[in-house]
Amino acid sequence: MVAEALACLVLVPVVAACLALVLPGRWRWLAVAAGLLPLPLAMAWLTGELGREGLITVAVAGFEAPLGIVWRLDGLSAVLVWLNIIIALLVGLHAAAHYPADKLNGFRFWPLWLLLSGAMNALLLSADLFNLFVTLELVTLAAIGLLVVDRKPQAMRAAVRYLLLALLGSLFYLLGVALVYGQTGTLDLYQAAGVLQPDLLGHTALVLMTVGLLVKAAIFPLHGWLPAAHGNAPGPVSAVLSAMVVKVAVYLVWRLWLWLAGDWAIPAGLTMLGLLGALAIVYGSLQALVQQRVKMIVAYSTVAQLGYLMLLFPLLGLVAFQATSYHLLSHGLAKAAMFLAAANLLTRLGTDQLGDLRGADRRMPLDVFTLALAGVSILGLPPSGGFIAKWLMLQTALAQGGWLWVGVILVGGLLAAAYLFRVLAVLCARPVACPELPVSGKADQLTSLVALGLALAALAAGFVPAPVLKLLATAWPLGGAP
Amino acid sequence: MNHPEIWMLAAAGLFGLGLYSLIIARHLLRQLIAIKIMGSAVFLVLVVTAGLVDGSLDGIAQALVLTGIVIAVAAIAFALALVVSLAETTGSISLNPDDDDGR
Repeated sequence: MVAEALACLVLVPVVAACLALVLPGRWRWLAVAAGLLPLPLAMAWLTGELGREGLITVAVAGFEAPLGIVWRLDGLSAVLVWLNIIIALLVGLHAAAHYPADKLNGFRFWPLWLLLSGAMNALLLSADLFNLFVTLELVTLAAIGLLVVDRKPQAMRAAVRYLLLALLGSLFYLLGVALVYGQTGTLDLYQAAGVLQPDLLGHTALVLMTVGLLVKAAIFPLHGWLPAAHGNAPGPVSAVLSAMVVKVAVYLVWRLWLWLAGDWAIPAGLTMLGLLGALAIVYGSLQALVQQRVKMIVAYSTVAQLGYLMLLFPLLGLVAFQATSYHLLSHGLAKAAMFLAAANLLTRLGTDQLGDLRGADRRMPLDVFTLALAGVSILGLPPSGGFIAKWLMLQTALAQGGWLWVGVILVGGLLAAAYLFRVLAVLCARPVACPELPVSGKADQLTSLVALGLALAALAAGFVPAPVLKLLATAWPLGGAP
Repeated sequence: MNHPEIWMLAAAGLFGLGLYSLIIARHLLRQLIAIKIMGSAVFLVLVVTAGLVDGSLDGIAQALVLTGIVIAVAAIAFALALVVSLAETTGSISLNPDDDDGR
Protein backbone atom coordinates (compact mmCIF):
# COMPACT_ATOMS: atom_id res chain seq x y z
CA MET A 1 0.00 0.00 0.00
CA VAL A 2 2.78 2.42 0.95
CA ALA A 3 4.60 1.84 -2.33
CA GLU A 4 1.38 2.39 -4.29
CA ALA A 5 0.63 5.62 -2.43
CA LEU A 6 4.15 6.93 -3.11
CA ALA A 7 3.86 5.94 -6.76
CA CYS A 8 0.51 7.75 -6.87
CA LEU A 9 2.22 11.01 -5.84
CA VAL A 10 4.58 10.74 -8.81
CA LEU A 11 2.75 8.82 -11.52
CA VAL A 12 -0.76 10.28 -11.28
CA PRO A 13 0.26 13.82 -12.29
CA VAL A 14 2.71 12.59 -14.91
CA VAL A 15 0.17 10.26 -16.55
CA ALA A 16 -2.44 13.03 -16.35
CA ALA A 17 0.05 15.33 -18.10
CA CYS A 18 0.28 12.86 -20.99
CA LEU A 19 -3.53 12.57 -21.08
CA ALA A 20 -3.90 16.35 -21.10
CA LEU A 21 -1.69 16.36 -24.20
CA VAL A 22 -3.79 13.87 -26.17
CA LEU A 23 -7.35 14.44 -24.96
CA PRO A 24 -9.48 16.87 -26.99
CA GLY A 25 -11.19 20.05 -25.75
CA ARG A 26 -13.20 19.85 -22.56
CA TRP A 27 -11.92 16.36 -21.70
CA ARG A 28 -8.65 18.03 -20.71
CA TRP A 29 -10.37 19.43 -17.59
CA LEU A 30 -10.95 15.82 -16.58
CA ALA A 31 -7.23 14.99 -16.94
CA VAL A 32 -6.31 18.05 -14.88
CA ALA A 33 -8.71 17.14 -12.08
CA ALA A 34 -7.66 13.48 -12.14
CA GLY A 35 -4.01 14.51 -11.97
CA LEU A 36 -4.26 16.85 -8.99
CA LEU A 37 -7.20 15.85 -6.79
CA PRO A 38 -5.94 12.40 -5.65
CA LEU A 39 -2.65 13.89 -4.40
CA PRO A 40 -3.85 15.30 -1.04
CA LEU A 41 -5.71 12.03 -0.30
CA ALA A 42 -2.63 9.88 -0.93
CA MET A 43 -0.44 12.27 1.03
CA ALA A 44 -2.87 12.45 3.97
CA TRP A 45 -2.77 8.68 4.27
CA LEU A 46 1.02 8.63 3.91
CA THR A 47 1.38 11.30 6.61
CA GLY A 48 -0.59 9.07 8.97
CA GLU A 49 1.71 6.16 8.14
CA LEU A 50 4.75 8.39 8.57
CA GLY A 51 3.51 9.44 12.02
CA ARG A 52 3.50 5.78 13.05
CA GLU A 53 6.70 4.64 11.32
CA GLY A 54 8.84 7.78 11.54
CA LEU A 55 10.38 7.03 8.11
CA ILE A 56 9.08 5.38 4.95
CA THR A 57 11.47 3.77 2.49
CA VAL A 58 10.49 1.81 -0.59
CA ALA A 59 12.78 0.22 -3.16
CA VAL A 60 11.13 1.11 -6.46
CA ALA A 61 9.95 -2.03 -8.31
CA GLY A 62 11.70 -4.17 -5.70
CA PHE A 63 15.25 -3.33 -6.83
CA GLU A 64 17.25 -2.48 -3.70
CA ALA A 65 20.10 0.06 -3.72
CA PRO A 66 22.84 0.22 -4.97
CA LEU A 67 21.34 -1.22 -8.17
CA GLY A 68 17.85 0.24 -7.83
CA ILE A 69 16.36 3.53 -6.78
CA VAL A 70 15.01 4.01 -3.26
CA TRP A 71 12.14 6.34 -2.42
CA ARG A 72 12.43 7.78 1.06
CA LEU A 73 9.79 9.88 2.79
CA ASP A 74 10.81 11.56 6.04
CA GLY A 75 9.41 14.52 7.96
CA LEU A 76 11.24 17.10 5.82
CA SER A 77 10.22 15.70 2.45
CA ALA A 78 6.66 15.21 3.75
CA VAL A 79 6.36 18.91 4.62
CA LEU A 80 7.69 19.88 1.20
CA VAL A 81 5.41 17.44 -0.63
CA TRP A 82 2.47 19.00 1.24
CA LEU A 83 3.59 22.48 0.21
CA ASN A 84 3.94 21.29 -3.37
CA ILE A 85 0.44 19.80 -3.36
CA ILE A 86 -1.15 22.90 -1.80
CA ILE A 87 0.60 25.14 -4.33
CA ALA A 88 -0.28 22.89 -7.27
CA LEU A 89 -3.96 22.85 -6.25
CA LEU A 90 -4.57 26.44 -5.10
CA VAL A 91 -2.34 28.19 -7.61
CA GLY A 92 -3.77 25.77 -10.18
CA LEU A 93 -7.23 27.10 -9.29
CA HIS A 94 -5.96 30.61 -10.01
CA ALA A 95 -4.44 29.40 -13.29
CA ALA A 96 -7.75 27.80 -14.29
CA ALA A 97 -9.23 31.29 -14.62
CA HIS A 98 -6.59 32.44 -17.12
CA TYR A 99 -5.71 29.16 -18.82
CA PRO A 100 -8.98 27.29 -19.46
CA ALA A 101 -7.99 23.73 -20.30
CA ASP A 102 -10.23 23.63 -23.38
CA LYS A 103 -8.51 26.64 -25.00
CA LEU A 104 -5.14 26.76 -26.79
CA ASN A 105 -3.23 28.49 -23.99
CA GLY A 106 -4.67 25.99 -21.50
CA PHE A 107 -3.47 23.18 -23.77
CA ARG A 108 0.02 24.68 -23.51
CA PHE A 109 -0.19 25.25 -19.77
CA TRP A 110 -1.72 22.22 -18.06
CA PRO A 111 0.51 19.35 -19.28
CA LEU A 112 3.54 21.28 -18.03
CA TRP A 113 1.81 22.18 -14.76
CA LEU A 114 0.98 18.52 -14.06
CA LEU A 115 4.46 17.39 -15.11
CA LEU A 116 6.04 19.98 -12.82
CA SER A 117 4.12 18.86 -9.74
CA GLY A 118 4.80 15.17 -10.47
CA ALA A 119 8.52 15.80 -11.06
CA MET A 120 8.74 17.83 -7.86
CA ASN A 121 7.17 14.99 -5.86
CA ALA A 122 9.60 12.53 -7.46
CA LEU A 123 12.53 14.78 -6.52
CA LEU A 124 11.36 15.08 -2.92
CA LEU A 125 10.96 11.31 -2.57
CA SER A 126 14.13 10.17 -4.31
CA ALA A 127 17.18 9.08 -2.33
CA ASP A 128 19.29 8.35 -5.41
CA LEU A 129 21.83 10.99 -6.46
CA PHE A 130 21.49 10.28 -10.18
CA ASN A 131 17.72 10.09 -10.01
CA LEU A 132 17.81 13.43 -8.24
CA PHE A 133 19.69 14.83 -11.25
CA VAL A 134 17.02 13.46 -13.60
CA THR A 135 14.13 14.86 -11.56
CA LEU A 136 15.92 18.19 -11.14
CA GLU A 137 16.22 18.42 -14.95
CA LEU A 138 12.52 17.57 -15.30
CA VAL A 139 11.55 20.25 -12.79
CA THR A 140 13.73 22.84 -14.52
CA LEU A 141 12.55 22.07 -18.04
CA ALA A 142 8.87 22.02 -17.04
CA ALA A 143 9.31 25.28 -15.11
CA ILE A 144 10.99 27.01 -18.06
CA GLY A 145 8.30 25.72 -20.40
CA LEU A 146 5.69 27.31 -18.14
CA LEU A 147 7.66 30.54 -18.04
CA VAL A 148 7.28 31.05 -21.79
CA VAL A 149 3.72 29.80 -22.09
CA ASP A 150 2.50 33.31 -23.02
CA ARG A 151 5.38 33.84 -25.50
CA LYS A 152 6.21 37.31 -24.16
CA PRO A 153 9.64 38.52 -25.40
CA GLN A 154 10.81 39.58 -21.92
CA ALA A 155 9.84 36.23 -20.43
CA MET A 156 11.60 34.43 -23.28
CA ARG A 157 14.88 36.25 -22.74
CA ALA A 158 14.63 35.50 -19.03
CA ALA A 159 13.84 31.86 -19.83
CA VAL A 160 16.87 31.41 -22.11
CA ARG A 161 19.16 32.94 -19.48
CA TYR A 162 17.60 30.72 -16.79
CA LEU A 163 17.95 27.64 -18.99
CA LEU A 164 21.65 28.24 -19.79
CA LEU A 165 22.49 28.69 -16.11
CA ALA A 166 20.30 25.78 -15.03
CA LEU A 167 22.01 23.46 -17.54
CA LEU A 168 25.39 24.66 -16.29
CA GLY A 169 24.30 24.00 -12.70
CA SER A 170 23.12 20.49 -13.62
CA LEU A 171 26.50 19.70 -15.17
CA PHE A 172 28.38 20.78 -12.04
CA TYR A 173 26.01 18.68 -9.95
CA LEU A 174 26.40 15.66 -12.24
CA LEU A 175 30.19 15.97 -12.18
CA GLY A 176 30.05 15.80 -8.40
CA VAL A 177 27.76 12.77 -8.58
CA ALA A 178 30.23 11.04 -10.92
CA LEU A 179 33.01 11.58 -8.38
CA VAL A 180 30.84 10.24 -5.54
CA TYR A 181 29.98 7.16 -7.57
CA GLY A 182 33.62 6.61 -8.47
CA GLN A 183 34.56 6.76 -4.77
CA THR A 184 31.73 4.79 -3.23
CA GLY A 185 30.28 2.58 -5.96
CA THR A 186 26.76 3.56 -4.95
CA LEU A 187 24.39 6.32 -5.92
CA ASP A 188 22.13 6.01 -2.90
CA LEU A 189 22.61 9.18 -0.85
CA TYR A 190 22.25 7.39 2.48
CA GLN A 191 24.50 4.46 1.55
CA ALA A 192 27.16 6.81 0.19
CA ALA A 193 26.97 8.86 3.41
CA GLY A 194 28.66 6.09 5.36
CA VAL A 195 31.34 5.42 2.74
CA LEU A 196 32.36 8.76 1.25
CA GLN A 197 35.49 10.03 2.99
CA PRO A 198 36.11 13.71 3.80
CA ASP A 199 39.29 13.71 1.71
CA LEU A 200 40.17 15.87 -1.29
CA LEU A 201 37.93 13.94 -3.68
CA GLY A 202 35.04 13.90 -1.24
CA HIS A 203 35.30 17.63 -0.66
CA THR A 204 35.63 18.32 -4.39
CA ALA A 205 32.49 16.30 -5.10
CA LEU A 206 30.57 18.12 -2.36
CA VAL A 207 31.69 21.55 -3.57
CA LEU A 208 30.85 20.76 -7.22
CA MET A 209 27.37 19.49 -6.35
CA THR A 210 26.75 22.45 -4.03
CA VAL A 211 27.81 25.05 -6.58
CA GLY A 212 25.57 23.46 -9.20
CA LEU A 213 22.61 23.49 -6.84
CA LEU A 214 23.25 27.05 -5.63
CA VAL A 215 22.93 28.23 -9.24
CA LYS A 216 19.52 26.56 -9.44
CA ALA A 217 18.57 27.86 -6.00
CA ALA A 218 19.58 31.41 -7.01
CA ILE A 219 21.54 31.97 -3.82
CA PHE A 220 23.56 35.21 -3.90
CA PRO A 221 25.85 35.76 -5.89
CA LEU A 222 24.35 33.25 -8.34
CA HIS A 223 20.88 34.85 -8.26
CA GLY A 224 21.31 36.91 -11.45
CA TRP A 225 18.73 35.00 -13.46
CA LEU A 226 15.97 34.94 -10.84
CA PRO A 227 14.41 38.43 -10.76
CA ALA A 228 13.86 38.66 -14.51
CA ALA A 229 12.49 35.12 -14.67
CA HIS A 230 10.18 35.39 -11.66
CA GLY A 231 9.22 38.98 -12.42
CA ASN A 232 8.20 38.34 -16.04
CA ALA A 233 6.57 34.91 -15.78
CA PRO A 234 2.76 34.61 -15.90
CA GLY A 235 1.25 35.06 -12.40
CA PRO A 236 0.64 31.44 -11.40
CA VAL A 237 4.06 30.46 -12.79
CA SER A 238 5.85 33.17 -10.79
CA ALA A 239 4.06 31.82 -7.73
CA VAL A 240 5.18 28.22 -8.22
CA LEU A 241 8.72 29.25 -9.24
CA SER A 242 9.24 31.26 -6.07
CA ALA A 243 7.32 28.98 -3.74
CA MET A 244 8.70 25.61 -4.86
CA VAL A 245 11.15 25.42 -7.78
CA VAL A 246 14.03 27.32 -6.16
CA LYS A 247 13.27 25.74 -2.78
CA VAL A 248 13.82 22.18 -3.93
CA ALA A 249 17.38 23.08 -4.93
CA VAL A 250 18.02 24.47 -1.43
CA TYR A 251 16.42 21.31 -0.04
CA LEU A 252 19.01 19.27 -1.95
CA VAL A 253 21.87 21.39 -0.58
CA TRP A 254 20.53 20.61 2.91
CA ARG A 255 20.41 16.91 2.06
CA LEU A 256 24.01 16.96 0.82
CA TRP A 257 25.50 18.91 3.72
CA LEU A 258 23.51 17.43 6.61
CA TRP A 259 22.82 13.90 5.43
CA LEU A 260 25.63 13.00 2.99
CA ALA A 261 28.38 15.02 4.74
CA GLY A 262 26.68 15.27 8.11
CA ASP A 263 29.62 14.13 10.25
CA TRP A 264 32.45 15.77 8.31
CA ALA A 265 32.83 18.79 10.60
CA ILE A 266 33.69 21.50 8.09
CA PRO A 267 32.87 24.71 10.03
CA ALA A 268 34.53 26.94 7.40
CA GLY A 269 32.18 25.62 4.70
CA LEU A 270 29.12 25.99 6.93
CA THR A 271 30.03 29.59 7.81
CA MET A 272 30.69 30.33 4.13
CA LEU A 273 27.21 29.14 3.14
CA GLY A 274 25.74 31.18 5.99
CA LEU A 275 27.58 34.28 4.79
CA LEU A 276 26.20 33.80 1.28
CA GLY A 277 22.75 33.67 2.85
CA ALA A 278 23.43 36.83 4.87
CA LEU A 279 24.60 38.68 1.76
CA ALA A 280 21.53 37.45 -0.12
CA ILE A 281 19.25 38.84 2.61
CA VAL A 282 20.88 42.28 2.58
CA TYR A 283 21.44 42.58 -1.18
CA GLY A 284 18.02 41.20 -2.20
CA SER A 285 16.22 43.50 0.26
CA LEU A 286 18.14 46.57 -0.90
CA GLN A 287 17.37 45.75 -4.55
CA ALA A 288 13.70 45.25 -3.66
CA LEU A 289 13.73 48.77 -2.20
CA VAL A 290 14.66 50.42 -5.49
CA GLN A 291 12.59 48.39 -7.99
CA GLN A 292 9.81 50.16 -9.88
CA ARG A 293 7.53 47.20 -10.64
CA VAL A 294 5.52 45.33 -8.00
CA LYS A 295 6.39 41.91 -9.44
CA MET A 296 10.11 42.79 -9.51
CA ILE A 297 9.91 43.88 -5.85
CA VAL A 298 8.33 40.55 -4.96
CA ALA A 299 10.97 38.71 -7.02
CA TYR A 300 13.88 40.46 -5.27
CA SER A 301 12.14 39.72 -1.99
CA THR A 302 12.47 36.04 -2.94
CA VAL A 303 16.24 36.51 -3.43
CA ALA A 304 16.37 37.93 0.10
CA GLN A 305 14.11 35.37 1.77
CA LEU A 306 16.04 32.46 0.21
CA GLY A 307 19.02 33.72 2.20
CA TYR A 308 17.32 32.77 5.47
CA LEU A 309 17.30 29.14 4.33
CA MET A 310 21.10 29.21 4.22
CA LEU A 311 21.29 30.33 7.87
CA LEU A 312 20.62 26.71 8.80
CA PHE A 313 24.30 25.95 8.13
CA PRO A 314 25.98 28.28 10.64
CA LEU A 315 23.20 27.84 13.23
CA LEU A 316 23.26 24.05 12.77
CA GLY A 317 20.93 22.37 15.25
CA LEU A 318 17.49 20.86 15.68
CA VAL A 319 15.72 24.17 16.40
CA ALA A 320 17.47 25.93 13.52
CA PHE A 321 16.42 23.06 11.25
CA GLN A 322 12.80 23.37 12.35
CA ALA A 323 12.96 27.15 11.98
CA THR A 324 14.42 27.21 8.46
CA SER A 325 12.12 24.43 7.26
CA TYR A 326 9.17 26.32 8.70
CA HIS A 327 10.40 29.44 6.96
CA LEU A 328 10.50 27.47 3.71
CA LEU A 329 6.87 26.43 4.22
CA SER A 330 5.43 29.79 5.29
CA HIS A 331 7.44 31.76 2.75
CA GLY A 332 6.17 29.42 0.03
CA LEU A 333 2.56 30.15 0.98
CA ALA A 334 3.02 33.89 1.52
CA LYS A 335 5.11 34.44 -1.61
CA ALA A 336 2.65 32.53 -3.78
CA ALA A 337 -0.13 34.73 -2.38
CA MET A 338 1.90 37.87 -3.12
CA PHE A 339 2.69 36.89 -6.69
CA LEU A 340 -0.94 35.99 -7.37
CA ALA A 341 -2.18 39.28 -5.92
CA ALA A 342 0.44 41.20 -7.92
CA ALA A 343 -0.60 39.28 -11.04
CA ASN A 344 -4.24 40.24 -10.38
CA LEU A 345 -3.27 43.92 -10.18
CA LEU A 346 -1.28 43.57 -13.38
CA THR A 347 -4.10 41.80 -15.23
CA ARG A 348 -6.95 44.11 -14.22
CA LEU A 349 -5.17 47.45 -14.07
CA GLY A 350 -2.90 46.73 -17.05
CA THR A 351 0.32 47.68 -15.26
CA ASP A 352 2.35 46.85 -12.20
CA GLN A 353 4.55 49.97 -12.39
CA LEU A 354 4.45 51.32 -8.87
CA GLY A 355 3.96 54.90 -10.06
CA ASP A 356 0.73 54.01 -11.92
CA LEU A 357 -0.85 52.10 -9.05
CA ARG A 358 -1.78 55.00 -6.75
CA GLY A 359 -5.13 54.39 -5.15
CA ALA A 360 -5.29 50.77 -6.25
CA ASP A 361 -6.76 49.92 -2.84
CA ARG A 362 -10.11 51.54 -3.78
CA ARG A 363 -10.35 49.67 -7.06
CA MET A 364 -9.04 46.27 -5.95
CA PRO A 365 -9.31 46.22 -2.16
CA LEU A 366 -9.15 42.43 -1.84
CA ASP A 367 -5.83 42.07 -3.68
CA VAL A 368 -4.19 44.94 -1.82
CA PHE A 369 -5.42 43.37 1.43
CA THR A 370 -3.87 40.05 0.34
CA LEU A 371 -0.53 41.75 -0.37
CA ALA A 372 -0.60 43.27 3.13
CA LEU A 373 -1.58 39.98 4.81
CA ALA A 374 1.12 38.00 2.99
CA GLY A 375 3.51 40.82 3.90
CA VAL A 376 2.82 40.16 7.58
CA SER A 377 4.25 36.66 7.19
CA ILE A 378 7.20 37.79 5.03
CA LEU A 379 8.06 40.44 7.63
CA GLY A 380 7.84 37.90 10.42
CA LEU A 381 5.18 39.76 12.41
CA PRO A 382 3.03 37.69 14.78
CA PRO A 383 0.77 35.85 14.29
CA SER A 384 2.14 34.18 11.16
CA GLY A 385 4.25 31.28 9.97
CA GLY A 386 7.03 33.72 9.16
CA PHE A 387 7.02 34.94 12.77
CA ILE A 388 7.41 31.42 14.19
CA ALA A 389 10.29 30.70 11.81
CA LYS A 390 12.18 33.94 12.44
CA TRP A 391 11.53 33.83 16.19
CA LEU A 392 13.04 30.33 16.40
CA MET A 393 15.99 31.39 14.23
CA LEU A 394 16.62 34.40 16.47
CA GLN A 395 16.39 32.23 19.60
CA THR A 396 19.01 29.80 18.27
CA ALA A 397 21.31 32.57 17.12
CA LEU A 398 21.04 34.28 20.53
CA ALA A 399 21.61 31.03 22.42
CA GLN A 400 24.78 30.39 20.39
CA GLY A 401 25.97 33.98 20.74
CA GLY A 402 26.09 34.36 16.96
CA TRP A 403 25.64 38.12 16.93
CA LEU A 404 26.33 38.40 13.21
CA TRP A 405 23.37 36.13 12.44
CA VAL A 406 21.16 37.92 14.98
CA GLY A 407 21.99 41.20 13.25
CA VAL A 408 21.31 39.78 9.78
CA ILE A 409 17.92 38.38 10.79
CA LEU A 410 16.88 41.69 12.38
CA VAL A 411 18.19 43.87 9.53
CA GLY A 412 16.49 41.57 7.01
CA GLY A 413 13.17 42.01 8.81
CA LEU A 414 13.60 45.78 8.93
CA LEU A 415 14.47 46.01 5.23
CA ALA A 416 11.51 43.76 4.37
CA ALA A 417 9.28 46.17 6.27
CA ALA A 418 10.77 49.04 4.28
CA TYR A 419 10.18 47.53 0.84
CA LEU A 420 6.73 46.19 1.64
CA PHE A 421 5.48 49.41 3.26
CA ARG A 422 6.80 51.33 0.25
CA VAL A 423 4.49 49.26 -1.96
CA LEU A 424 1.52 49.52 0.40
CA ALA A 425 2.00 53.26 0.85
CA VAL A 426 1.70 53.82 -2.91
CA LEU A 427 -1.18 51.38 -3.35
CA CYS A 428 -3.15 53.14 -0.60
CA ALA A 429 -2.21 56.69 -1.63
CA ARG A 430 -4.91 59.17 -2.72
CA PRO A 431 -5.22 58.71 -6.50
CA VAL A 432 -4.64 61.54 -8.94
CA ALA A 433 -7.42 60.33 -11.18
CA CYS A 434 -9.35 57.11 -10.79
CA PRO A 435 -10.96 55.75 -13.96
CA GLU A 436 -13.73 53.26 -13.23
CA LEU A 437 -12.88 49.58 -13.53
CA PRO A 438 -15.21 47.27 -15.42
CA VAL A 439 -17.35 45.26 -12.99
CA SER A 440 -15.36 42.25 -11.83
CA GLY A 441 -16.47 38.92 -13.23
CA LYS A 442 -16.56 35.53 -11.51
CA ALA A 443 -13.06 34.69 -12.73
CA ASP A 444 -11.63 37.88 -11.20
CA GLN A 445 -13.29 37.14 -7.87
CA LEU A 446 -11.96 33.58 -7.92
CA THR A 447 -8.39 34.71 -8.60
CA SER A 448 -8.55 37.26 -5.78
CA LEU A 449 -10.01 34.72 -3.35
CA VAL A 450 -7.34 32.13 -4.15
CA ALA A 451 -4.59 34.66 -3.41
CA LEU A 452 -6.34 35.60 -0.18
CA GLY A 453 -6.66 31.92 0.75
CA LEU A 454 -2.90 31.39 0.38
CA ALA A 455 -2.14 34.48 2.47
CA LEU A 456 -4.54 33.24 5.17
CA ALA A 457 -2.80 29.84 5.08
CA ALA A 458 0.53 31.58 5.74
CA LEU A 459 -1.07 33.32 8.73
CA ALA A 460 -2.71 30.10 9.92
CA ALA A 461 0.75 28.52 9.98
CA GLY A 462 1.44 30.87 12.88
CA PHE A 463 -1.33 29.33 14.99
CA VAL A 464 -0.68 25.60 14.59
CA PRO A 465 3.09 25.10 14.27
CA ALA A 466 3.34 22.22 16.77
CA PRO A 467 2.40 19.22 14.58
CA VAL A 468 4.59 20.41 11.69
CA LEU A 469 7.57 21.12 13.94
CA LYS A 470 7.15 17.69 15.54
CA LEU A 471 7.08 16.04 12.11
CA LEU A 472 10.22 17.96 11.11
CA ALA A 473 12.01 16.94 14.29
CA THR A 474 11.68 13.26 13.32
CA ALA A 475 13.76 13.97 10.20
CA TRP A 476 16.70 15.74 11.91
CA PRO A 477 19.81 13.61 11.23
CA LEU A 478 22.49 15.03 13.54
CA GLY A 479 21.26 14.31 17.07
CA GLY A 480 20.20 16.61 19.92
CA ALA A 481 20.87 20.22 20.79
CA PRO A 482 24.23 21.69 19.67
CA MET B 1 41.37 2.27 -19.46
CA ASN B 2 44.91 1.51 -18.37
CA HIS B 3 45.77 5.16 -17.86
CA PRO B 4 42.76 6.84 -16.27
CA GLU B 5 44.84 9.96 -15.62
CA ILE B 6 44.97 10.72 -19.34
CA TRP B 7 41.21 10.44 -19.68
CA MET B 8 40.62 12.52 -16.56
CA LEU B 9 42.94 15.22 -17.90
CA ALA B 10 41.11 15.13 -21.21
CA ALA B 11 37.80 15.49 -19.37
CA ALA B 12 39.12 18.39 -17.31
CA GLY B 13 40.36 20.07 -20.50
CA LEU B 14 37.02 19.61 -22.24
CA PHE B 15 35.12 20.92 -19.22
CA GLY B 16 37.34 24.01 -19.01
CA LEU B 17 37.11 24.59 -22.76
CA GLY B 18 33.32 24.44 -22.61
CA LEU B 19 33.09 26.68 -19.55
CA TYR B 20 35.39 29.28 -21.14
CA SER B 21 33.41 29.27 -24.36
CA LEU B 22 30.09 29.47 -22.49
CA ILE B 23 31.29 32.58 -20.70
CA ILE B 24 32.83 34.48 -23.62
CA ALA B 25 30.47 33.46 -26.47
CA ARG B 26 27.56 35.82 -27.22
CA HIS B 27 25.76 33.76 -29.86
CA LEU B 28 23.28 31.42 -28.16
CA LEU B 29 24.06 28.47 -30.45
CA ARG B 30 27.73 28.72 -29.51
CA GLN B 31 26.77 28.78 -25.85
CA LEU B 32 24.62 25.66 -26.27
CA ILE B 33 27.46 23.88 -28.06
CA ALA B 34 29.73 24.84 -25.15
CA ILE B 35 27.25 23.25 -22.74
CA LYS B 36 27.18 20.08 -24.87
CA ILE B 37 30.98 19.88 -24.72
CA MET B 38 30.93 20.26 -20.95
CA GLY B 39 28.34 17.49 -20.83
CA SER B 40 30.62 15.17 -22.80
CA ALA B 41 33.39 15.88 -20.29
CA VAL B 42 31.12 14.87 -17.42
CA PHE B 43 30.14 11.63 -19.17
CA LEU B 44 33.82 10.88 -19.75
CA VAL B 45 34.47 11.28 -16.02
CA LEU B 46 31.56 8.96 -15.23
CA VAL B 47 32.84 6.23 -17.57
CA VAL B 48 36.45 6.53 -16.35
CA THR B 49 35.74 6.66 -12.60
CA ALA B 50 33.41 3.70 -12.88
CA GLY B 51 36.22 1.72 -14.49
CA LEU B 52 38.31 2.44 -11.40
CA VAL B 53 35.97 0.80 -8.91
CA ASP B 54 37.00 -2.82 -9.33
CA GLY B 55 39.11 -2.84 -12.48
CA SER B 56 36.36 -4.24 -14.67
CA LEU B 57 33.74 -2.40 -16.67
CA ASP B 58 30.77 -1.29 -14.63
CA GLY B 59 27.37 -1.77 -16.22
CA ILE B 60 25.62 0.75 -14.01
CA ALA B 61 27.96 3.55 -15.08
CA GLN B 62 27.36 2.73 -18.74
CA ALA B 63 23.62 2.85 -18.11
CA LEU B 64 23.98 6.17 -16.29
CA VAL B 65 25.89 7.71 -19.17
CA LEU B 66 23.27 6.45 -21.61
CA THR B 67 20.51 7.99 -19.47
CA GLY B 68 22.56 11.16 -19.19
CA ILE B 69 22.94 11.39 -22.95
CA VAL B 70 19.21 10.95 -23.46
CA ILE B 71 18.50 13.73 -20.96
CA ALA B 72 21.12 15.97 -22.55
CA VAL B 73 19.56 15.43 -25.98
CA ALA B 74 16.11 16.30 -24.64
CA ALA B 75 17.38 19.36 -22.80
CA ILE B 76 19.32 20.64 -25.82
CA ALA B 77 16.34 20.04 -28.12
CA PHE B 78 14.19 22.05 -25.72
CA ALA B 79 16.84 24.77 -25.54
CA LEU B 80 17.11 24.95 -29.35
CA ALA B 81 13.33 25.24 -29.69
CA LEU B 82 13.38 28.04 -27.10
CA VAL B 83 16.21 29.85 -28.90
CA VAL B 84 14.39 29.55 -32.24
CA SER B 85 11.21 31.05 -30.84
CA LEU B 86 13.25 33.75 -29.09
CA ALA B 87 14.80 34.62 -32.45
CA GLU B 88 11.34 34.64 -34.07
CA THR B 89 9.75 36.92 -31.45
CA THR B 90 12.63 39.30 -30.78
CA GLY B 91 14.79 38.99 -33.90
CA SER B 92 17.86 38.51 -31.72
CA ILE B 93 20.00 35.39 -31.29
CA SER B 94 22.00 36.58 -28.31
CA LEU B 95 21.25 37.82 -24.81
CA ASN B 96 21.94 41.47 -24.23
CA PRO B 97 23.54 41.99 -20.81
CA ASP B 98 21.45 45.17 -20.43
CA ASP B 99 18.04 43.57 -20.62
CA ASP B 100 18.40 41.28 -17.61
CA ASP B 101 16.63 43.45 -15.05
CA GLY B 102 13.20 43.23 -16.67
CA ARG B 103 12.15 46.75 -15.76
